Amino acid sequence: MSAVAASKAGPGLRLTLALFLTPVVLWLGLLIVLPHIDLLIMSFRMDPSFGDEGWSFENYRQFFAEPIYWLTFVRTAGYSVLVTLLTFLVSLPVAFYVTKVVARNTSRFLLTMLLLPFWVSELVRVYGWMILLRESGVLNHWLTGLGITAAPVEMLYNDATMIMGLVYTSMLFMVVPLVSVLESLDDSLIEAAYDLGAGPWTIMRTIVVPHCMPGIMSGAIVVFMLTLGNYLTPNLMGGKNSLWFTEQIYNQFIASFNWNQGAAFGFLLLALSSCIIWLGLRLTGQKLSRVVQ
Amino acid sequence: MTKKLLSVLSMITVLLLPCLGQAAPKEFRLLTWKGYAPAELVEKFEKETGYKVQVTYSNNEEMIAKLRATRGGGFDLAQPSQDRISSVQESFGLYQAIDFGRIEAPRFIPSMLDAVKKNTLVKGKSYAVPFCWGTDGLIVNRKFAPEAKSFADLLDSKYAGRVSYRLKRPTLIAQAFGMGVDPFALYADEAAYQKMLDQVEGKLIAAKGVVKNYWTNGDALLESMRSGEVHIAQAWDNGGFKLHAENPDIDFVAPTTGALGWIDTFAIPAKADNVDAAYKWINFMMRPENAAVFTNAEDTPTAAVGVGERLKPAFRADFERCYPQQVIDNIKWYPPVPAKLEAMEGKALDRVKAAQ
Repeated sequence: MSAVAASKAGPGLRLTLALFLTPVVLWLGLLIVLPHIDLLIMSFRMDPSFGDEGWSFENYRQFFAEPIYWLTFVRTAGYSVLVTLLTFLVSLPVAFYVTKVVARNTSRFLLTMLLLPFWVSELVRVYGWMILLRESGVLNHWLTGLGITAAPVEMLYNDATMIMGLVYTSMLFMVVPLVSVLESLDDSLIEAAYDLGAGPWTIMRTIVVPHCMPGIMSGAIVVFMLTLGNYLTPNLMGGKNSLWFTEQIYNQFIASFNWNQGAAFGFLLLALSSCIIWLGLRLTGQKLSRVVQ
Repeated sequence: MTKKLLSVLSMITVLLLPCLGQAAPKEFRLLTWKGYAPAELVEKFEKETGYKVQVTYSNNEEMIAKLRATRGGGFDLAQPSQDRISSVQESFGLYQAIDFGRIEAPRFIPSMLDAVKKNTLVKGKSYAVPFCWGTDGLIVNRKFAPEAKSFADLLDSKYAGRVSYRLKRPTLIAQAFGMGVDPFALYADEAAYQKMLDQVEGKLIAAKGVVKNYWTNGDALLESMRSGEVHIAQAWDNGGFKLHAENPDIDFVAPTTGALGWIDTFAIPAKADNVDAAYKWINFMMRPENAAVFTNAEDTPTAAVGVGERLKPAFRADFERCYPQQVIDNIKWYPPVPAKLEAMEGKALDRVKAAQ
């Protein structure tokens, strides 16, 4: 019936398709593709106030010539991988508990509870953490009140706090894909493994993790990209020692007015993060097409 | 199915059409600093002129970046500092020259109007008029740091963990003065300026253990001063005045080498849609009664004349306490900054931030 209708209304359908596609194409073309082309061209030109206006690789050379730039990038990438790993370690038990251990109704309730903090913006959540952790903050008030520490301790502005903040910010993006793959895992497989005498560790390693691999990888890609591209959390919670690569790009654009250099950094970030994801997929033997399903 | 969708689409279009055709009240888009457009004055201006005021809050660097992205469009009036106008005007042409025939000149303090005219001069035309001024100096909690009086104290290890400053160019300038160097005298000599920057960078990196954090948000800084987490900060005078009203121990202190003086201005972007409203806003804000409302709300002196008796006593007291004549005479006003220096400074700041 529907096939007949479709073939009869051929031109009409095409018109509808065009109507619906136009906004998407315009959106992608005008707001994403065109500016990127502009930035790409910009990245191969020198800032007019620095010399002649010709094509050059100078902006890219600067990245490798100036240790602070590539060191910041290595730092950012390294910490992003660490955050991804930690997020996975925190999220797997949570996702397993939500899908396999508790009753269906409780599981829905728990998922809603997980979603709840994400209804407010990241900025508000980060400031929430800052109120909790600052020297005159809630946590220090309790610690000194209970006599655990003699004087308030500054818990903000160090790498550990920043990583905790990043893990917190990205946890949901790992839990959700894990929950969806775990739901498709047949409980009887786990039960059978128990019957055959396997311990919880072996079950985790040989049944749960291999089954969840596509979910783990898609979660890991999202978390890695979000962390790598994060600006707020490193800046606000990391404070004085935590130069993040995104901030480096911001500084080039805003503080130094050197858009050409900033554009080059942007493309380097894109290229290098793609490389890391490709490497991650390679190492775990996953295919991107399967992961994004 | 298709028909239904098409009819829904056409219905949406029909519903949207009136919105497009309707003449909205003419908008006036202001790009400014937080606090520069008090709600009271915005309301008064809207009532008086019928324009709808849209305010965007920003800082010097972001103002320039925003205007550069649109080549001077998107806003009808901007309020950059006077030293940041001529170089970006030369490189990018972000602003249009001020038509002094439309400015009510007698409302401005003459010396300040002349200084801004001179400092924003590009190819024989001036690009801004002054709005308000203030200084960058120290905010000190006297209870904990009774002797702090120089920019160099921000690096002193006896205040370890109790110091805060921004990681922006004023910090570099301040530390140069703290070392006994006049950075403004080196503006024309790039090599000498770089040498000075290297020294300042070294000092800031060596003193990284002293600073608690690099503040980015004025309210957050005031909060950490209020709670006693920070004892000395490099910050704007009005923050010091605000804190002094709450806690007499805390006050603004002009450093011995001189407070760093800035003047924020009115500058009209090159592609402003509503130039009339921009001039109206400038003249409106400089009316003594309106300028006084701004000063009383923000503790920031204006460039308008005749506000004296309208100011609240607390502000007058703050001003007399912190700005005796010799302090005013010692203010180091920012001269217009050459574009290349900002890139050099940016790199130095990056290295300070990245150092462990």
